[in-house]
Amino acid sequence: MSPQSPKNALLEIRGLSKSFPGVRALEGVDFTVRSGEVHALMGENGAGKSTLIKVLTGVYERDAGEVRLDGNVIHPRSPREAEASGISTVYQEVNLIPDLSVAENICLGRQPVTFGKIRWGAIKQRAKRAIERLELDLDVSRQLSSCSLAIQQMVALARAIDVSAKLLILDEPTSSLDEREVAELFKVVRKLKGEGMGIVFVTHFMDQVYSLTDRITVLRNGRFVGEYPTAELPRIELVARMIGKDVKEVEALEKRHPGTGSIQAGEPFLSLKNVGRKGSVAPLDLSIRPGEVVGLAGLLGSGRTETARLIFGVDKADSGEMLVEGKSAVIHAPRTAMKYRIAFTAENRKVDGIIPNLSIRENIVLALQASKGAWKKLSRAKQDERLERFIKALRIKTPGPEQLIKNLSGGNQQKVLLARWLATEPKLFILDEPTRGIDVGAKAEIEKLIESLRKEGLAIIFISSELEEVVRTSQRVVIMRDRRKVGELSGAEITEQAIMGKIAVAAAEESHA
Amino acid sequence: MHSLTHIIFWVLFAPLLAFTRKQRIFWPLLALGLLLLFNELFTPGFFDLEVRDGHLYGTLVDILKHGGQMMLLALGMTLVIATGGVDLSVGAVMAVAGAVVAQAAVAHQQSAWVAMIFALAVCTLLGAWNGLLVAGIGIQPIVATLILMVAGRGMAQLISGGQIINFDNPTLVYLANGYSLGLPFTCVLALVVLGLTYALTRGTALGLFIESVGDNAVASRYSGVNDRFVKFTVYLFAGFCAGLAGLVAASNIKSADANHAGLYAELDAILAVVVGGTALAGGRFYLLGSIVGALLIQTLTTTMYARNVSADIAPVPKALVIIAVCLLQSEKARSYFTRVFPRKKSPVASEEPSGATAEKLNVGAGL
Repeated sequence: MSPQSPKNALLEIRGLSKSFPGVRALEGVDFTVRSGEVHALMGENGAGKSTLIKVLTGVYERDAGEVRLDGNVIHPRSPREAEASGISTVYQEVNLIPDLSVAENICLGRQPVTFGKIRWGAIKQRAKRAIERLELDLDVSRQLSSCSLAIQQMVALARAIDVSAKLLILDEPTSSLDEREVAELFKVVRKLKGEGMGIVFVTHFMDQVYSLTDRITVLRNGRFVGEYPTAELPRIELVARMIGKDVKEVEALEKRHPGTGSIQAGEPFLSLKNVGRKGSVAPLDLSIRPGEVVGLAGLLGSGRTETARLIFGVDKADSGEMLVEGKSAVIHAPRTAMKYRIAFTAENRKVDGIIPNLSIRENIVLALQASKGAWKKLSRAKQDERLERFIKALRIKTPGPEQLIKNLSGGNQQKVLLARWLATEPKLFILDEPTRGIDVGAKAEIEKLIESLRKEGLAIIFISSELEEVVRTSQRVVIMRDRRKVGELSGAEITEQAIMGKIAVAAAEESHA
Repeated sequence: MHSLTHIIFWVLFAPLLAFTRKQRIFWPLLALGLLLLFNELFTPGFFDLEVRDGHLYGTLVDILKHGGQMMLLALGMTLVIATGGVDLSVGAVMAVAGAVVAQAAVAHQQSAWVAMIFALAVCTLLGAWNGLLVAGIGIQPIVATLILMVAGRGMAQLISGGQIINFDNPTLVYLANGYSLGLPFTCVLALVVLGLTYALTRGTALGLFIESVGDNAVASRYSGVNDRFVKFTVYLFAGFCAGLAGLVAASNIKSADANHAGLYAELDAILAVVVGGTALAGGRFYLLGSIVGALLIQTLTTTMYARNVSADIAPVPKALVIIAVCLLQSEKARSYFTRVFPRKKSPVASEEPSGATAEKLNVGAGL
């Protein structure tokens, strides 16, 4: 055993390696988690975090190296085996069955059984205990799909610790939660930590790393970079370690701020007058000029995405009028929106964005081809010309354009989707959470790209849950709450505090009314 | 003479296998090869060919002749399955095609060409009906096409007045019994339709749209693909193909039999598509694979006849072979076998993520 292994080590990984054809995903990685600590596993997309977790949970088999849990070498060959040995996982997407009850979801696959008959009473009891342990107030017989996403995430957590878990892996558990929900989740995580559980926390949110974790392990390009106590690793150094650059270079990156920039005066490209839809967004006014980034800020479910869907014609507006370049436009489908040169990347990349089993080439060409119609097929040469340009310009990391998009990391998938739309040469680009679940490096690249597109004269609508990002990117910010537009800020007025203030004021007004 | 055809056949087949080694079509082709090899060794006379009246005769030719129907069906079915759907009505549509062509040619004294075009138009309309239910109204494909599967045969009965209608129009009889270019005309027809389908899907962007809709319909719609139109079109095309197959089926027995024409043909067609490498979940499709799949299933049926297996029990060995082919195609099953029976220089194929390997197999599998 290696000398640095501490006394209370719960999980010890030494020299872990794993290769896929053409890729060394992990090379001699060490990773140690102690009982009663929250340990952040950090790295860019493609650094090997996912592979490490998949080896731990038995999805992949390791090529070399040693994994010890509580001092015993383990070799899980399926998630079930991993669970049995005490490793439980909560994934980014909720992996539960929406049509079953909370209790059934918690006990699924390990229902208490007598002579082949499921003991429903026992299931309820067990589920109740699991929920109570998380100090949640929830009726376990409710259908899961009727619960909010945050509650569903909690149920996933309850399910994970229902088996006698020693090590809990949280893989991007917060990416679809809003701030309040995140706080709730963290309360539970701290409680579990207090009970002596070891917790691995994977996230792209730096704030969360610093508010929750005790220790950080950084991976880069499949290699172990180092292990640090969180308190002793300043944020900027963490970023530097993750992307393998000097602290100074990173500082330069972070300071970049388009600020109030040059807001171009002139005719708006798009203006909405009283556009809304029952049950979706209350009628609102919005206008956007070429060369301008308009941020849509607000909590999850505040109507940001719904507004984008109205503009792009995914949902049909039932009131108001839309003007594109001064002329009245009726947009009833994405196809029609594209005729007006509007592009849209949806918030849920996996479900609404990528065509997983098609190649990068096909994924990039798709929208342009669709706008041209089936009969005018883009020649191979024209496809290649665009592929080469976008793969280079967006720095999409891939062995070649014939790779299936599902084999790319999240950040690279997102870049492919951006390329898909840039190929159509849009005039208005609606980006819904373009940086969700992707790493700092790719995030900075996408922010940079947005800025350069803006300078080229594109109109951009930027939607993000991260206020800092909205502040950093936008010239104007529209604030939404409870599916209404509650305010607008522009230029120097745009600060996180101002945005939060508008949301809070709106909330206060509501409670008065 | 006989031994020569054997040699020529295997000399042509072996490099074909080697050439397709990395492609999806390799596995159905390998299965077909093994089945033919079995017959070469154990079924006397299977490979015998003779020339009579300038035409080739023999068991192999029969396979091409009878396989043509299934190839036609499979081509239409491939595109439907690629969009993530399925068309259960093609057998019934075949019966309608037979009834219409016979009624038009016999009772209404129309020329063979008018009768055939009319029958094809009716079948294409029936396909459009399926498309309307699936793409327009949004009914599950299985349910939507089940309606026509049940109703279609009734329609065929209605059109033919409940009678089996015999005909002897030479043009109609030629469809299934004639020869062109030394091959059975049915087979030539299937190859022509294959060529057309290929041009229609790969020469245009329709193939890309079909695959993207089948893989992720929502994301395709968000990218501007008219997913409803794509779905509608493939059902329409499947109706047209079923019409052609129905004409051939009627021509084969020189009569329209509404009860038996195309009975269970939809199941064989689905099998041919799946065996050919197109996944029932939709997405990537392989037209040539479906053709090989149809040939494989026809060869199986013919083998049963040639070996005097009673028609009642023939489905059992047929089923076993098909299971074997499906297992052969499955990455997981293959890696399991290589683990249980390791080859000497076996790479660690079992540990590759399925995505990466599937990718390697896909590259260049153009059809």
